[in-house]
Amino acid sequence: MAMKAGKMGFWLGAILAALLATGTARAQVEIEYWQYTFAQRVQAIDELIKRFEAANPGIKVKHTHVPYDDFRVKIAAAIPAGQGPDVVQLFYGWLQDYLKAGLLQPLPASDFSAVEIEREFFPIVQQMKVDGKYYAVPTAVRSLALFWNKALFKEAGLDPNRPPATLDELVDYASKLTKRSPNGDLLQEGLTIDMGGQDHHWLREVLIRQYGGVPYSADKKSVAYNTDAGVAATQWYIDLVSKQKVGQIGFLTDGVTAFRSGKAGMTIDGSFRLGALDNQKGLDYGVAELPARNNIKSNFASYWVNGITTKATGAKLDASVKFLRFLTTPEAMELWLTTVGELPARRSVAEKDANKNHVKYGPFIRGLSYSYATDFVNESAQRKVMMDMVDKVVLKNMPTKQAVAEAAVEEQKLLDGFYKK
Amino acid sequence: MSAAGPPQGARPPGRVRRAATLGGEPSTRTRTMAPGTIAVWTLLLLGGIVMVMPFVYMLAASFKFNHEIYELSLLPREATLDNYRRLFERSGFPRWFGNSLLIATVTTASVLFFDSLVGYTLAKFRFRGRYLVFIAILSTLMIPTEMLVLPWYSMARSFGWLDTYWGVAFPGLMTGFGTFLMKQFFEGVPDDLLDAGRLDGLNEFQVWWQVALPLVTPALSALAIFTFLGNWTAFLWPLIAITDRNLYTLPVGLASFSGEFQTEWEMVMTGASVATIPTILVFLLLQRYIIRGISLAGLKA
Amino acid sequence: MIRRLEDMTLGQRRAIWAWGFLALPVVFYVSIRFYPTLEAFRASFTNWNIVGRMEYIGVANYVRLAHDPAFWKVIGNTFTYLGLGVPISMLLSFVIAYHLDRVRFGHGLLRALYFIPHLTTAVAMAWVWRWFYQPPPIGAFNVWLTTLGFGQMPFLRSTTQALPAVLAPAIWAGIGFQIVIFLAGLKAIPRTYYEAAAIDGAGAWRVLFEVTLPLLRPTIVFLVVTSSIAYLRIFDYVYAMTNGQGGPLDATKPLVLKIFETAFTHFEMGYAATQTIVLFVILLAISLLQLKLLRSR
Repeated sequence: MAMKAGKMGFWLGAILAALLATGTARAQVEIEYWQYTFAQRVQAIDELIKRFEAANPGIKVKHTHVPYDDFRVKIAAAIPAGQGPDVVQLFYGWLQDYLKAGLLQPLPASDFSAVEIEREFFPIVQQMKVDGKYYAVPTAVRSLALFWNKALFKEAGLDPNRPPATLDELVDYASKLTKRSPNGDLLQEGLTIDMGGQDHHWLREVLIRQYGGVPYSADKKSVAYNTDAGVAATQWYIDLVSKQKVGQIGFLTDGVTAFRSGKAGMTIDGSFRLGALDNQKGLDYGVAELPARNNIKSNFASYWVNGITTKATGAKLDASVKFLRFLTTPEAMELWLTTVGELPARRSVAEKDANKNHVKYGPFIRGLSYSYATDFVNESAQRKVMMDMVDKVVLKNMPTKQAVAEAAVEEQKLLDGFYKK
Repeated sequence: MSAAGPPQGARPPGRVRRAATLGGEPSTRTRTMAPGTIAVWTLLLLGGIVMVMPFVYMLAASFKFNHEIYELSLLPREATLDNYRRLFERSGFPRWFGNSLLIATVTTASVLFFDSLVGYTLAKFRFRGRYLVFIAILSTLMIPTEMLVLPWYSMARSFGWLDTYWGVAFPGLMTGFGTFLMKQFFEGVPDDLLDAGRLDGLNEFQVWWQVALPLVTPALSALAIFTFLGNWTAFLWPLIAITDRNLYTLPVGLASFSGEFQTEWEMVMTGASVATIPTILVFLLLQRYIIRGISLAGLKA
Repeated sequence: MIRRLEDMTLGQRRAIWAWGFLALPVVFYVSIRFYPTLEAFRASFTNWNIVGRMEYIGVANYVRLAHDPAFWKVIGNTFTYLGLGVPISMLLSFVIAYHLDRVRFGHGLLRALYFIPHLTTAVAMAWVWRWFYQPPPIGAFNVWLTTLGFGQMPFLRSTTQALPAVLAPAIWAGIGFQIVIFLAGLKAIPRTYYEAAAIDGAGAWRVLFEVTLPLLRPTIVFLVVTSSIAYLRIFDYVYAMTNGQGGPLDATKPLVLKIFETAFTHFEMGYAATQTIVLFVILLAISLLQLKLLRSR
């Protein structure tokens, strides 16, 4: 009797084990990841997927990338139709739009605890928390720094290894670096002026604060730069063009082009520019933290985050969570840094000595510790408000105070349109 | 058309096919080059060179290294084929090219067939509702594609056409533009010729195919060129309809050189240069038909 | 009551053929163009934002549009593109086509030269043109202007010059199309007319105005209507030359760019649909007007 039961038990156990084994082996889940097309980012994600799939044999990740210009168009068309990604990379500034459109689901608190995120990641990531829940986390972040052309510095009699440390020095250096032809045509600008580029971030989060103001209210819903501080900061920026004449809007079509072709002494740009500048033959450049004013330092950081779409449910949701966790491990961030050149979003990784004191990444990483990431409701529209503000003064001779007031009203309309809906 | 028609000559008996044609060679009255003509010719040449300059700059930029393209000199200091190599080795370019070629060709064939049929019908048949149909078709030109893409996307998704050649092509198979063009040209075809065909026992379809169509070859050539071109450069809809990179058309593929913060302009210039090759070829091929036109030999008294 | 085929008149039989030819195309146009248009019309009365429910809000979108100063600026720009673009391009293309038609030597080469701009993509060409518009010493145009003794022009950096500056490459790229159509139309004029005029001893101008232009009427009608539609719908060159901004200060922004922005940057599909309906009405009205005025009856 006992023997028979034992034998039965053995076979039962074996059958059960076999069933279980085949069950797990056959559970292949496929999820889709979307990001925008850029050679290094594609490379990085392909490599990360390879490693992830090796460590997670039951999951396949399909990597789809879309041309940047129409990334949002494609997502807008795909998701409501039930197509598209399970895990998606989006610009942090689009979070509110995506939430309103019901495209993202909150990250499970068990895997992405607020406590852990706030301890590990740079403070700017906290903007991804809405109503106590996190909706997305970044692999990497970017910030701004001052780039300078060492050869042009030498030519102008400046020490090529000593960039300006204050706003006053910045203006001084820029004047020395500006070259004009005998009839006044600009041949070389001291500092690039490009509101369509990163300058509007510089104005918002750095200059305004350095003049004692703040760009937005604490609850993010009101514009707060229509103050003396705001006007003063804006005036200082505009003076670069109209008074000191160290730069020109539209010179060589945009700031990046001017700096790349060696026709600009300095430029304010983001860490994403490093790759392109490294490829520019003959360009010897340096990177420094943004100049301070009255010992006030500030910086603007931006980042692309990874979120899980509302399309992912059940097994796909679990797989997506695993993949997202993997994307935000220190190893993934190190890989991203070396491949894409974007800074690790975890403090521990970014502030490793090797990274913090790196000749190129260093200034960006150090800037992260005092950065702000603007809570955009519509980044391109808000950027346009700033561009128009400067154009009104420069092209139409509007008094700066009025231009700033009008810009504040415009931007407030955008904020209201969003928050009050 | 208007009152004085061409002088009616004796119709060659029977074979309508060969006889009647319209148009002619360049309507110059002299064959020698008068001084006035030389001046005009020179001006035209100079104008042509001016017209082509931006294109030449684009070509020049495609042979330059990245650090040199910001200088608008015509000749690169360091010429290179590197951009072309990168373009062809970059995964997808030959495929994108092939996809665009296939879709553009099929669409052009469809447009030539349907638009000329409809244009002919609107020009040469009298029936109730004729003007309304014409206006309705014309009005289709007035809605920007931007608004149609989302309904098209839903439609394509319901029928499973996404990520297929059909899905990219279907919105463009017939156009109001082509119909309008063909209608205008068919209006210039004398009814007598059509009646002659009918008397010879051809049914309406054959009258169109055998009598009317050959008479509007210049317009068909023009339509072919423009349909091909429009299709070749179409961007928004192919972008939305396709996610599979193997099915990308050329403009969508080339757009991947444009990133969040940087555009690799030398690659854009190179890609754009290569992209013009088929369109130039199509044009050179078809423009002969416009030159040849058709002669009115058969109708002379 | 069903008449036999033989009892039908010629006209009725022809009508059946006509509808036979039109059957498939009508189905096509209805499903591909008209149904989506009705969808757009319906969407214009909602606050649809891609995902989420579509709520009917009556004419609120239209009211909002009427009160939007940016919209009126955009309408003004759009009609400026029309008012400048169509006459200039029609005149230029006709003059070129007329003379080109009379040239026999190198005709093909010359025609190719004038057509090549039409084959290029706006993105690539806009980049080149932007360099032409740079201030001296980089921008070719300004270098010529200053060499000839004129002052330099801000072009794209001026709220008054920017629109013509953006229109120029659009015209440049567009006239190839008009030239080829004009050439086809000129080709289609029977030589007998010219021979008759020669017998009458008419000079070149008389021939032009009394023979050529009247016979080109269908061609001219076609080109005016399609060019008008094209310039009212201008987008590619504006987008490429102003980085999608339509600036400076909305000086160059046409209606289609505003629609694109509303739909794909703000995701306000309902509001964008409203603007599309406005565009549609404008295009329809202008085309009907032109057809009426230019019809040869």
